[in-house]
Amino acid sequence: MKGFTRRAAQELKQFRKNYELFTLGIPGILYIFIFSYLPMAGIVLAFKNFKYDKGIWGSDWTGFKNFEFFFVSDTAWRITRNTVLYEVGYIILTTFFALLFAVLLNEISQRWVKIYQTALFLPHFLSWVVVYYIVFTLLDLNNGLLNHFLAMFGVEPRNWYLESGPWPYILNVVALWKRIGFSALVYYAGIIAISPDFYEAAKMDGATRFQMARKITIPMILPLISILLILAIGGLVSGDFGLHYFIPHDSGMTYPTTDIIDTYVYRALTKIGDVGMASAVGLFQSVVGLILVLTANLFVKKLNPDNSLW
Amino acid sequence: MQTAKKLSFTDVWINGFFILVSLSMVLPFLLVIAISVTQEQSLIADGYRLLPKHWSTDAYHYIFKSPTILIHAYGVTILTTIAGTLGSLALTSMTAYVVSRKDYRYVKGTTFYVFFTMLFSGGLVPSYILITQYLHLKDTIWALILPGMLSPFYVLIMKGFISEIPKELIESSKVDGASEWRIFFQMILPLAKPALATLGLFISFNYWNSWFPALLYINSENLVPIQLLLTRMMNTINFLTTSSQFMSGITIDTSKFPNLSARMALTVLAAGPMMFIFPFFQKYFVKGLTVGSLKG
Repeated sequence: MKGFTRRAAQELKQFRKNYELFTLGIPGILYIFIFSYLPMAGIVLAFKNFKYDKGIWGSDWTGFKNFEFFFVSDTAWRITRNTVLYEVGYIILTTFFALLFAVLLNEISQRWVKIYQTALFLPHFLSWVVVYYIVFTLLDLNNGLLNHFLAMFGVEPRNWYLESGPWPYILNVVALWKRIGFSALVYYAGIIAISPDFYEAAKMDGATRFQMARKITIPMILPLISILLILAIGGLVSGDFGLHYFIPHDSGMTYPTTDIIDTYVYRALTKIGDVGMASAVGLFQSVVGLILVLTANLFVKKLNPDNSLW
Repeated sequence: MQTAKKLSFTDVWINGFFILVSLSMVLPFLLVIAISVTQEQSLIADGYRLLPKHWSTDAYHYIFKSPTILIHAYGVTILTTIAGTLGSLALTSMTAYVVSRKDYRYVKGTTFYVFFTMLFSGGLVPSYILITQYLHLKDTIWALILPGMLSPFYVLIMKGFISEIPKELIESSKVDGASEWRIFFQMILPLAKPALATLGLFISFNYWNSWFPALLYINSENLVPIQLLLTRMMNTINFLTTSSQFMSGITIDTSKFPNLSARMALTVLAAGPMMFIFPFFQKYFVKGLTVGSLKG
């Protein structure tokens, strides 16, 4: 007991030393508690038959009934497959082109980089709703540029919003178009932070620009690449709602190839009002995401501890 | 890193490549602007063109004839953008500063507490129930401001930037007897200006472009932000011709109504204002974008 009080007194002394920083942290801690940790407690909803009048705690337990749908229906397989495949596509395309752009930007004078970066960032700063209208000018049945272009080759105009086949290509292109700027600039920021000494030394040894990019630039930003990849892997089962909801115009005919877990959950919640199932799917996403990110980080850590997220 | 003045072959093709890329980024939006100032009949006859055959500002005229709905939407968007960005910057930088201080006794716990939310979340439904049933924010301006006010990813960027500030500066201020709050507001914040500018820009765009909270939480006509207005227009095929707020006081033949161009005009009005702002933040972009790891 005496040891305990002494420890408590010591801790109190330590707290006095740190309390100013602690108070600086309070607003953020409170915010995160309310908007992130309280909803985590809400995952019990996945195991309940939620009724608005009974509230979260008053509603009846149903065990794993809400999950049943998810593991027996075809839809579940379809939306999971779509979500994961699209995310893999987006990650590979964006990372590859972002690195390419960043390395190339580093080869030209900063004056020009400023201009290109403005252009590259433009799509990043447009909302998905606005991007819908932009894509609409291309895909519109009667006046769309794509149909006009195809007409030159004698192809009949197609109503893209009623077909499921072309959407994997369309969505990948649109995603790349919108994401490339931000991604490239994050890598570019990492590259220009590399000490110029390395390049000076390599130049003296007669290295070419390509050799320097391959042997200096890429290895130096490898930790950054791997951190962003680990985070992206955690998001494999969480798709981009705006992209998949707006760009195909939420058109039922395109669902086989555009519907992802997030758009499905949104419809389950707002159109059908199936709170239990929607939260079960949400919990599934979060748990799988957490497992993926932990595994990815562990794997990277084994390979090279410098490149892991923590 | 380019030192030679002379343009080499490599420079030429890299610049050529980026000119093409830049065009592909900018032209689609310019096309939307072009459509918005093209005569409706010309759109149907000639298709979409970057250089309209027949110019017309009809679309804008119609929208501005009864501007109440638009002004309202701008008001909601501007208010949420300003309040949200200021609140978000304050929260983000304070939190980032605390987790950047390695000598803080609770830094490990706080770091875990903040960044765990990046790896695991309750998902959409619990947040929805919390905000509508427990916090009662449905159909209030707070539903547009509070969700997403603190993003761990931005804390990570901010922390990466603050960590570059020499520790000696903080230590010497502490020796001089400055409190942590004073150090933060009088020293860290001014030094973190590039990061604040970059993040502030991103955050303000997030608020300006935000439609998801509005889609979920807003039914009241008075609280519709500009992006939700645009979303609604996309869902009802003839939104403009059927919207009483737009049509009241206008007596026109609905068949002549500039349906296509008016949609594009509203798109331009929704995205436009911010498009003029972001080039001014250019100089901070790269400096403020350092992403680091969660380690020490």
